[in-house]
Amino acid sequence: MRPFHRRFGKYTGWLEPAEASLIADLVDQVRQLLAGRRTETPVDPLAALTGMTLGPSTPPTDPAVARLLPDFHAEDAELSSGLRVLHEPELIAAKDAAAVALLDSLPRGGGQVRLDEEAASNWVAALNDVRLALGVRLEITEDDALPPGVDDPDSAEAAMYATYRWLSAVQASLVTALMD
Amino acid sequence: MTAPAPEKTEVVEPVTAAEVPWVTIVWNDPVNLMSYVTLVFQKLLGHPRPKAEALMLDVHQKGRATVSVGSREKMEADVAKLQGAGLWATMAKDS
Repeated sequence: MRPFHRRFGKYTGWLEPAEASLIADLVDQVRQLLAGRRTETPVDPLAALTGMTLGPSTPPTDPAVARLLPDFHAEDAELSSGLRVLHEPELIAAKDAAAVALLDSLPRGGGQVRLDEEAASNWVAALNDVRLALGVRLEITEDDALPPGVDDPDSAEAAMYATYRWLSAVQASLVTALMD
Repeated sequence: MTAPAPEKTEVVEPVTAAEVPWVTIVWNDPVNLMSYVTLVFQKLLGHPRPKAEALMLDVHQKGRATVSVGSREKMEADVAKLQGAGLWATMAKDS
């Protein structure tokens, strides 16, 4: 990976072939998590007739999906439930659109990544969703503490944590370029 | 045991529900990068860089910060935008 830089209004970086396929796989996994959640939505024939898409009224049971789609209110479960029904479909659609925009501008065989402002914004959001999901799987709960199990360099946790940290670096370089 | 009756009644201005402002709160989480949170406050809420950075530091150091104030509908929209970007955002009636 070569960090992103802003040049002539575009954001350019460079990925190894294995890095590009890793990003594609991870973004696709988040899309699948969200697609799985979408199928939990009960079909309301009346709402369908009016063209409205309503979401489920209960939070996701998978903690990674729950982190991607939090409650709207910290204490009022009833209000959260009502707002989830109204807003969850558009939230899933927005996250999926960012993921698709990333996949559309990702050189699958690796090489130079060249993004306009909108694509770069979609990249930082889609990479963030991957990091949020990985963070839940890794049980990252504190700002500066190592998650459990990563001490053993041969563990699955250590490999996942290395991926997480690498994604953080990719995202950070693109955020920095966007803020310049 | 019950509380003694108040000796004087406070005069409360009648307030309609529409006038009570709501707030959008962003909570600290260990995954979101500080720079990313600042960028999101700038791009999605329109805060200038210094205010965005100050709010980000509040979130990081105090655990939460109120990032916008307005009608319930506006806060609903702000929470949806921020959650769309992956921030842990909720809304509450201002107290």
